[in-house]
Amino acid sequence: MPVTTMRDALNQALREELARDANVFLMGEEVAEYQGAYKVTRGLLEEFGPKRVIDTPITELGFAGLGVGAAMAGLRPIVEFMTFNFSILAIDQIINSAAKMLYMSGGQFPIPIVFRGPGGSAYQVSSQHSQAIESWYAYFPGLKVVMPSTPADAKGLLKSAVRDDDPVIFIEQERLYGLKGEVPENDDFVIPLGVAEVKREGTDATIVARSWMLPVAMKAAEELAKDGVSCEVIDPRTIRPLDINTIVESVKKTNRVVIAEESHPFCGVGAEISAAISERAFDYLDAPVKRVSGVDVPMPYAKNLERRAIPDVAEVIAAVRAVSYL
Amino acid sequence: MSSQLTERREKLSTPAGNAAGVLEAPADGEPEIRKSSPAIQEDRETLLKIFHQMLLIRRFEEKCAESYSLGKIGGFCHLYIGQEAVGVGSISALRDDDYVITSYREHGQAIAKGILPEAVMAELYGKAGGCSKGKGGSMHLFDKSVNFMGGHGIVGGQIPLGTGLAFASKYRESDQVTLCFFGEAAVNQGAFHESLNMAQLWKLPCIYICENNQYGMGTSLARAMSLQNVAEKASAYSMESEFVDGMDVLAMRRATQRAIKRARENYLPTLIEARTYRYMGHSMSDPGNYRTRAEIEKYQERDPIKIFTATLKESSILTDKDIADIEARVKEEVERAVRFAEESPEPDPSELYANVYANPIEN
Repeated sequence: MPVTTMRDALNQALREELARDANVFLMGEEVAEYQGAYKVTRGLLEEFGPKRVIDTPITELGFAGLGVGAAMAGLRPIVEFMTFNFSILAIDQIINSAAKMLYMSGGQFPIPIVFRGPGGSAYQVSSQHSQAIESWYAYFPGLKVVMPSTPADAKGLLKSAVRDDDPVIFIEQERLYGLKGEVPENDDFVIPLGVAEVKREGTDATIVARSWMLPVAMKAAEELAKDGVSCEVIDPRTIRPLDINTIVESVKKTNRVVIAEESHPFCGVGAEISAAISERAFDYLDAPVKRVSGVDVPMPYAKNLERRAIPDVAEVIAAVRAVSYL
Repeated sequence: MSSQLTERREKLSTPAGNAAGVLEAPADGEPEIRKSSPAIQEDRETLLKIFHQMLLIRRFEEKCAESYSLGKIGGFCHLYIGQEAVGVGSISALRDDDYVITSYREHGQAIAKGILPEAVMAELYGKAGGCSKGKGGSMHLFDKSVNFMGGHGIVGGQIPLGTGLAFASKYRESDQVTLCFFGEAAVNQGAFHESLNMAQLWKLPCIYICENNQYGMGTSLARAMSLQNVAEKASAYSMESEFVDGMDVLAMRRATQRAIKRARENYLPTLIEARTYRYMGHSMSDPGNYRTRAEIEKYQERDPIKIFTATLKESSILTDKDIADIEARVKEEVERAVRFAEESPEPDPSELYANVYANPIEN
């Protein structure tokens, strides 16, 4: 199987879905002539032309809402936010229009739209450009929220998101764009939304990790294995709807769980997973659920401070040791 | 001021003067109301249909006020009384396959676009027979079968959506147009400016109709807008615009026809400012203490139904008997709508969980 970066895997998914369905179009800032701020959309303008690959002004609320309106009329927009930090400007259209349209119209208007772009921590860009806001979107019924952690997942999940009839928030990790992995070239390669994957099997403790924290958790599991601690690593991949069963089954087996995330802890996705485990598998737990989260402060700029704000391998290892009373 | 702005202001002001004596000029560049209706070009059937719709909406809304007081309708309920000429006149110029999208003050436009009064009333009653199955209520009327794309509850939220509908028409190389309605308070939202910019930049067949009823809830235009001539704002986007007497249904129809021609033939957007007035409060819970009885009565002298009745009678199109017949028909239609709403069942409890997702995933 060919080895590809996550950036190129996403590019393949976009190219294949644009080719597959004439109702699919892509719009966003710098997606066409500039070839994408992060080069995810490289070559698409040349292949599909300016009608289907559209540079927008910097007008996030406007083009997000335009996309939702186009979806009401039956098109299948892919709206790129240069980063999800800027989606905050568009959030009224995402929440009040996209997420609720089907319901408040009594089922008449599905909104088949994908809002995608990089999110989570980035390198030394300080508070406004480096943050994880998936819990905002995951809060709302009507949205689906996807966060891939490998190139193959990125491709398969993005293709599913484009084919899905609901609004999908698809958050890529900027720092993972260069990550390499095996990616099927098959046009029909899709990964269903709402299905977690056991990325590493183990027996002593479960680590639930998504996006940037998945490679961190895998590294931690590797280190812990050297000390004889066998970790099972689960990537939910889709945050909403959450495949809680896969997580609960693992916890029933290992009896210990660490949830690793780079977002703030308060009202975060990890808090929801923790509550769900308590509700469904409390009697199986041999230790309280432990979260490893980003520090509860705006992201600092200085290298040393930034490093401390984002959880690392050592913190995940320490958390697994804590729940294992080692 | 740029020469383009000056020219536009001159175009917007009519030389007839403020003959109607209704709209005082509060600000620099305030456009003035035309003295008389445009000449009749329509056949009798069309004119009677327009008259019937205006009267139906008036009586429907009066019934809504009554039902609301009886507790039959809940939540927010924004009535259209006084503004009928705007919705009816502009929608009368559309084809059936054109799109309409609007705000939460949309009962009138929904009926004008073809949703049955029964389905609208049942929606207000929160019943299964409502046009949104009882899940939207007064602010969220939808009907895909007549391309009525909703009542939207966030001020200005429908403006980017309407722009997207127009985008889709052009994408498909269709000549459908979109009428996107909003109140003048929405003009202060970023969504308005972002949308007009994109629509002119990309040449989208969207007709933006600002229903300037001069109050954003309880805040008058003068207290909320630095440049109160809404039509003039189109010049910031090099967009065509018109200022229209929103109390004159034929003037609304004519202006919309001109905009539709631009949209169908050249994919060009237009901003229409319709100067109008709402007689009721912002919503049913608003006693309207921010304005005087005298002010309301002043506008009621130029009531849109009164003006249109006079025009039709002067042209010998409408007799007193016709009016009585249409009144009787409208009364029956409104009663039928209420009966339907009363008799329609409540939504099945299973509806609570239906339609959250088009492709639900079980977990």
